[in-house]
Amino acid sequence: MTMSQSTSDGPRADPRGSSESTSVLSLISATKSFGAVAALTDGSVDLRAGEIHALVGENGAGKSTLVKVLAGVHQPDSGRFLVEGADVVFRSPADSKTAGISVIYQEPTLFPDLTVAENIFIARQPRGRLGLIDRPAMRTMARELFARLGVPIDPDRIADGLSIADQQIIEIAKAISLDARILVMDEPTAALSGVEVDRLFAVARSLRDRGTAILFISHRFDEVFELCDRITVMRDGAFIATHQTAEITVDGLVREMVGRDIATLFPKQEAQIGDVVLSVERLSRSGVFSDISFEVRSGEIVALAGLVGAGRTEVARAIFGIDRYDSGSVLIDGKRLRRHTPQAAIDAGMGFVPEDRRKQGLVMDLSVARNATLTLRRQLARFGLINAREERKTAEEWTTRLQVKTGSQDLAVSTLSGGNQQKVVIAKWLATNPKLLIVDEPTRGIDVGTKAEVHRLISELAVRGIAVLMISSELPEVLGMADTVLVMHEGRISAALDRSEATAEIVMHAASASPEILT
Amino acid sequence: MPNATATRSTATAAPVKVKSNARRVLLGRDANTVYALILVVILASIFVPFFAGVTTVSFLLIDAVPILLMAMPMALIIITGEIDLSVASTAGLSAAVMGVLFHDAHWSLGWVFVACLLVGLVCGAFNGILISTIGLPSLAVTIGTLALFRGLALVVIGDSAVADFPVALTTFATSTIGGTGIPTVMIFVLIVILIFGVVLHFTPFGRSLFALGFSKEAATFVGIHVNRSKFWLYVASGVISSIAGVFWVLRYSSAQSDSVKGLELSVVAAVLLGGVSIFGGLGGIVGVVAGVLLIRTVNYSLQLAGLPDTVLTIVTGTLLVLSVIAPSISGRLRLSADRKRSKSLPREATAT
Amino acid sequence: MSQNASAPAIHGTTASRAIGRIFVSREFSVFAALALLIIITEVVNPRFLSGQGVKDLLLNSTIFVVMAVGQALVIITKNVDLSVGSILGLTAFGTGSLFAAFPTIPIALVFLIGMAFGAVLGAINGFIVTLAGVPALVITLGTLYIYRGINNAWAGSKQYFIGNQPAAFGNLSVQTVGGIPTIAIAALIVVIIAAIFMFATRAGRDLYAVGSDTDAARLFGIKVNSRTVGAFIACGTLTGLAGVFYASRFNSVGADTGSGFELQIVAAVVVGGVAIFGGSGTVTGAAIGAVLLTTMTGALAALNVSKFWQQAIVGVLIIAAILIDRILSLRTARKLRVSEARNA
Repeated sequence: MTMSQSTSDGPRADPRGSSESTSVLSLISATKSFGAVAALTDGSVDLRAGEIHALVGENGAGKSTLVKVLAGVHQPDSGRFLVEGADVVFRSPADSKTAGISVIYQEPTLFPDLTVAENIFIARQPRGRLGLIDRPAMRTMARELFARLGVPIDPDRIADGLSIADQQIIEIAKAISLDARILVMDEPTAALSGVEVDRLFAVARSLRDRGTAILFISHRFDEVFELCDRITVMRDGAFIATHQTAEITVDGLVREMVGRDIATLFPKQEAQIGDVVLSVERLSRSGVFSDISFEVRSGEIVALAGLVGAGRTEVARAIFGIDRYDSGSVLIDGKRLRRHTPQAAIDAGMGFVPEDRRKQGLVMDLSVARNATLTLRRQLARFGLINAREERKTAEEWTTRLQVKTGSQDLAVSTLSGGNQQKVVIAKWLATNPKLLIVDEPTRGIDVGTKAEVHRLISELAVRGIAVLMISSELPEVLGMADTVLVMHEGRISAALDRSEATAEIVMHAASASPEILT
Repeated sequence: MPNATATRSTATAAPVKVKSNARRVLLGRDANTVYALILVVILASIFVPFFAGVTTVSFLLIDAVPILLMAMPMALIIITGEIDLSVASTAGLSAAVMGVLFHDAHWSLGWVFVACLLVGLVCGAFNGILISTIGLPSLAVTIGTLALFRGLALVVIGDSAVADFPVALTTFATSTIGGTGIPTVMIFVLIVILIFGVVLHFTPFGRSLFALGFSKEAATFVGIHVNRSKFWLYVASGVISSIAGVFWVLRYSSAQSDSVKGLELSVVAAVLLGGVSIFGGLGGIVGVVAGVLLIRTVNYSLQLAGLPDTVLTIVTGTLLVLSVIAPSISGRLRLSADRKRSKSLPREATAT
Repeated sequence: MSQNASAPAIHGTTASRAIGRIFVSREFSVFAALALLIIITEVVNPRFLSGQGVKDLLLNSTIFVVMAVGQALVIITKNVDLSVGSILGLTAFGTGSLFAAFPTIPIALVFLIGMAFGAVLGAINGFIVTLAGVPALVITLGTLYIYRGINNAWAGSKQYFIGNQPAAFGNLSVQTVGGIPTIAIAALIVVIIAAIFMFATRAGRDLYAVGSDTDAARLFGIKVNSRTVGAFIACGTLTGLAGVFYASRFNSVGADTGSGFELQIVAAVVVGGVAIFGGSGTVTGAAIGAVLLTTMTGALAALNVSKFWQQAIVGVLIIAAILIDRILSLRTARKLRVSEARNA
C-alpha cells in the first residue's frame, strides 16, 4: 500500500509512508461535495493500531465530513478508503460498523427507557431458552465491559438521566462489544467536566494499549497534546500535514490550521465607530454563562469567539429575549429592555441572524417573499390588514439589494443555495432597519465564494452605522472582521482584545486553555 | 374563491407573473377540493333523483352549519401544526348548559347565550393552557378534554333532554331567506368565515400562523409569540364550538348530553379534505369551506340515494383517511425521487 | 455525575435494588392507587367486596384488560389505535353471527376466527399508518368510523342475544375456578404472555426502541415498519379476543357494541403509566390501569356518586396522566442539569 505524496503540502516530511505494516485505516484523497459546496477536497488520514490520533482544524475544515465518511454516513465522491489494507466501500453506517469502525458522537443517542445493558446490546441481545433474552448473561457481559473500561455503571439502570459522559462510556462499551478496532471520537470532550475528561482519557489510553486505533477530534489543544500520539491537521477540506506530537508546538499547529494571510481575505472597510448601541451588564444564567459584560457601538463589529459550547450562542439568545437570564441587564441606546421577548428586542432595534439557517433563520417551506417580509409583517399592515402590494415590493427591494439569486419571489426558500438563503435571512433583518444585528456563525455551510460576499455585506452594515455582534468559530473570520474580539471560555469572557492585539494564537489560547497556558 | 385570488393577484402586474398567479389559483391545493366539489354536485344532479332543487340547498347547508363553524378555528389550529379533538364535546357541554340554565334555572335566553359562550371560552382556555403554556401534545390533551367535556355535559344534564325552547327561536334557526332555500343563519356563518379568512390570509397574525406551522423555532426568531398565538386559537375554537352547540340545540329543538357527539371527525376530515396539511403550514379557508361542502354533499346525495345514516360514517371515515394519505404518498414519491438524486443527504440528519 | 449516581447503586445487592425499583415504578403507584380506591370504597360500603362484588369486578375488568394490553403495545411504539372500540364491535357481532349461522361450531374455532378477524382489521390500520407515514391518530380515527359503519351496515337493527349461543360459551363468563371467572383467568394469561414478550424478547424490546427514537432504531438495524405493523396486528388480535369475550359476557351484541370504548382504553393505558409519547411503560401497568378504571365505575356506584361522573373522571385521568409524565420527565432533566452544573 503506497500513499500518494501529492496530498501533503505541509512543512514536514509526510510521516505516513512509514506506517504500512500497522495501518488499520487509510483514507486517501477522498473528496465530497454537496451541490456546489466542496466539503472535502483532499480528505486523508492514516490510523495505526494502538495509537491515539488527533484530527484538528478550524470549523469548516472538513473534519465532520471526514468523520461521516468513516462512519458510512456519507459516501466519498472519489478517493481511496482502505481498512486493514483492503479497499472498502460503505453504503450505510451498518457497513462501517461491520468493518470494525465505531463512532462516538458528542451527544450519543441512547434509548432513554431501555436499560444501560440493553442499550449496549440493542437488537443483538444474548438469547437463552425459548429464544428469550438472557438478562443475567447480558448483565454480566455489560459488567465485564465496564470493568475493562474501569468505569462502574449499573447495567440495570434506565439510560434516562445519565450524564453525557456516562452515555459516551456506554457508546464505547458498545463499540468494544462490537469488536471495534477503530474508534472515532467526534469532539467527545465538548460537554464534559474536568473529572469526566480525565476518566474518558484513561479509558482511551487503556483501549490504545490493547491495540485499538483511536481518531480523536478536538478543538482543545491541551487535550490533544496530553492524549494523542500523532496529529493530523486539516484546512479548507484538505489534508495539510501529520505530525508526531512531540515534534510540533501549539503555535505551529495554529499556523497550519489558519494558514492564510488574513488581511488579504477580508478587506474590511473602515467604519465610523459611534455611540454605544448595545450594552450588556453582568448578564448571568446559572449553569450556562455568568457575569457577561460588554458594549457594542454603532459601526463596530464585535466578535464573540470561543469553542462550541462556551456559551456564546446562549448569551446572544438571552440578549435577544429567546431564553431567559437570571440576573444582569441588556440596554439598547442606554434604555433597559424590560420585557424579555424577541418582539421586544426587535422593537428596540435588534435583529438576529441565527446559526442554524435551516431551522431557525428561515421558514424553509415558505416563499422567498414571505420569508423576507416576515419580520415586517406588522409594519406592512394598514388597519390590521397586510398590504400585499407593499409586501411584494419590499421583498423585491431587499432581495434585489442583497443580490439574492432566485428564479421567483414565490419559490420556496428551500430551493435556494446556502449562500442565497443566508442573504434572505440578512435581508429580512435589514428591512427592519436595525440598530444592532447579531450574526451567529454567518458563513457556516456556505461555499467559499459566497462567504466573501457575506463578509462584504456585514462590513457594509457596519459602515452604514449598524452595530454588529458576530459569533464565529472561524478564526480568520473573527480576526479579519472584528474591531473588538471577546473570547468566551466555559460561560465567561476570558479575554477582550482590540483588533490590533488579537492574533490567532492569543484567541486560540484564551478559548481553549486553562489560564496557565494563557501566559 | 375570493380570498386566495385576492392575496395573490394584487401582488404584481407583470404579465408573466399574472400567468403564474392564475396557474397557482387553478392548480393549488384549494383548487383541487373546489373541483371535486363541483364534480360531485354535477354527478349528484345527474344521477341522484331529487338532488337538484331548493330543498337540497336548504338541507345541505343547514346540516353544514355546525361543521362550517367549527372548521374555521380548526383550520387555523391545524395550520399551526396542532389539533383540537374536543370541539364537538365543547359544543355538547354548551348545549347541556343551555338546556339546564333555560329549563331548570329559568334564566332569560340572553343570559343563557352569554353563559354558553363563557363555557366555550373556558373550555378553549383550558385546552390552550395545557397545550401552549404547559406544552403538552395537543392530540393527547384534546382526547382527554373530548372525554372530559362530554363527561361534564353528562354531569350537567344527566340523561334528560330539554326541548321546550321558544318555538319562534327554533323556527328561526331553521328558517330560510325567502325562497332561495339558503338558511338565514348562513349570513352569520358567512361573517364568521369571512373573519377567519381575512385573519388567516390578510393579517400579520395569519402570516405568523403559517410560519409557526412550518417551524416554531424560526417563528420565535422573528418575534412571533408562539404560545400566545396558540392559546388564542384554542380560545377561539372553544367559543365558536359553543356557538355551534347553541345552534345545534335550536336546530333540533333539543338539548341533551350527546348533542353534537362525534362531529369532531367530520370537522377534521373536512379541514384536511380542504387541503390543510396535517403536518401544519399549508392550507386556506376557501379550500376548507369547499371541503365541508364536499363532505356534506357526498353524504346528502348518498342519503337521498337511500343509504342509511349510520352507514354513511364509512364515507366520512374513508374521505378522512384518503385526504391524509394522498398528499403524504405523493410527497413520499417526490422525496424518494429526490433521494435518488442525492443519495447521501437525507441520512445526515439522523446520524449527527 | 456518574460517580454520584451509580456509586450507591453498585454497592446495593441486586435483590434489594430490584425491590427498590418495584416501589418507585409507575405500575406500583397505579397499583397503590387501586388498592387505596378499593379500601376506601370498602370502608364506606362494606358490600363492595362481597363474593359477588369481586367476581363482577373481575368480569368487568377482563375485556378492558385484554384491550389495554393490545393498546399498550401500539402506544409504546409512539402510535395509537382509536379504532379498537369498532374492532371490538365487529368481532363481537361476528361471534354472534357465527353462532347464529353454525350453532354447532366448536368454541375454540370461534375464538380463533374472532382473533384472526381482529388481526386483519389491526393490520389494515398498521399498513396504512406505516405506508403513508401520517399520524396514527388520524388514520385510526378514520378507521374507527369505517369499521363502525361496516358494523352498522352488517348488523342493521339486528342483535344477537346470549340465549342464541351455546350454553358452554356463555358459561365461560359464569364458571369460576377457585372463585375466579374463567375469562378473567384467560385475561391474566394474556397479560403474563404479553409481559414476557415485551420484557424478554428482542421483538418486544424493539418496540420500546422504535417508540423512543425511531430514527436511531432504524440506524441499529431494527425493522421499524414491520415492528409497528406487528404492534397494530397484536392490538387487533387482542381486541378480537376481547370481542369474543364480550359476546360471552354480555347479554346482547349489535351495531353499537363497543362504541366509545377507545377513550376508556387509551385512558386505562395512559393511567397505567404507558407514556403517550411512546417508548416507556409496561403492559402490566396498562392492565392495572384498566382494572383501576373499571373499579372506579363500580366504586362510584358503591359510593352513591352519580354514574354521570364516570366519563368526566376518565377525561380527568387522561389529562392527569399526561401531566404527570411531563412533570416526571422535566424533573429528570432538571436533576441532570443540576448535577452537571455541580460537576462543572
